[in-house]
Amino acid sequence: MNQWFFWIFNTLLLMVISFNGHAAEPASMPPPEPYCQWEMKDMAISQPLCGLTGDAKRGEVISADSSRGNCVACHRLPVAGVEAFGNLGPPLAGVGGRYPEGFIRLRVVDAKQINPMTIMPGYYRDPALIHRPARKYAGRTFLTAQQVEDVVAYLVSLK
Amino acid sequence: MNSLSKIFLIAILLAVGSSVLAAEPKSGYEYLKPETQRLQDDDFENPGLLAVENGEFLFNEVDRKTGKSCADCHGVSGEKLNVNRLARYPVVNADNGEIVSLHTQLMQCRSRVSDQALPRNHADLLALETFVRRLARGQKVNVQTDGIAAPLLKEGEALFRQRYGLIDISCYQCHGMYAGMMVRGQKISQGQGNGFPAYRLDIGEMSNMNQRITQCLTLMRAEPFPDDSKEIRLLELYLMSRSNGLPIETPAVRY
Repeated sequence: MNQWFFWIFNTLLLMVISFNGHAAEPASMPPPEPYCQWEMKDMAISQPLCGLTGDAKRGEVISADSSRGNCVACHRLPVAGVEAFGNLGPPLAGVGGRYPEGFIRLRVVDAKQINPMTIMPGYYRDPALIHRPARKYAGRTFLTAQQVEDVVAYLVSLK
Repeated sequence: MNSLSKIFLIAILLAVGSSVLAAEPKSGYEYLKPETQRLQDDDFENPGLLAVENGEFLFNEVDRKTGKSCADCHGVSGEKLNVNRLARYPVVNADNGEIVSLHTQLMQCRSRVSDQALPRNHADLLALETFVRRLARGQKVNVQTDGIAAPLLKEGEALFRQRYGLIDISCYQCHGMYAGMMVRGQKISQGQGNGFPAYRLDIGEMSNMNQRITQCLTLMRAEPFPDDSKEIRLLELYLMSRSNGLPIETPAVRY
């Protein structure tokens, strides 16, 4: 019963947001979540961010959503319904079979730790390292810790 | 090594060298899909021509109070304007070292014709800018790079190579390192200025350089620079100087 309420509420909220013409960015964003510190060791982050558990299904949606992960902007991914990809980054089909989870997590969190010149955004890069963020994004990471874990879970599932 | 394999080796070295050094500017036109190129080439289909027509109308419009129009000085089709001079914009004022964009020059000019000032980047001013810049269509972009402009271009290049926003990349990374590659089904261009003001399919509106830079920075989730700020002027000057030698295509059609 509670779930139904939640679903209806979310749908209504989405309608309100899209009628406002700001589907991608809700007018009032929740305040930024506190930043969870993470530890890089041997070119990997072995522990999940903030101790969260990722959901591969949600991760797939985020990876194709142009206002969130938008991984498909640069990478080819086996996501159903997406036709336009980019080729700035390597194709990621089967990436979970090639690399361990901690290796993938570091590359999603902050690929600049490995290659400072990379064009890949750090989706959980320390906000203190970001130059000139838009005011409404100040103090925020590109994805939340939960979203990063969802994307990591999705990529790990690509065997 | 026989002579055939030597020739092969030289050919490979030349091919690799030219793609790595890629110093020569390429118009954004070359990165368009063929159907978009056709849209730009056809003066009846190109949506930017609406801005040109509107601009020509405004150019000839007589101000009710002053009784003056742009055409009084510059001719009904702008034929008295110097196309070589138009291809020099943005120019650097030799007296005070200020960078003056075509848009700014137009605003100053218009203030002598009408006392009804329009805000910067107003659709009417954008139409006038498009009409005037189009008079120099086919002329090669010829921004000053020596003398007083040289140190300004260095500053502009530093801004071009600075990373911005949550996406945390620089203009150079996309438009220098990765031009020609694909971002979600669209080819990245070199970010040249020879087509501006241009009709942008993405937003369905005309954009000048100032607006395009703002749109790019917003996409990077960066705080854009205020219109006509020092940074915008420096970036406009630097970006247009990279287009030196490319023919002016205004109004170009761009994604």
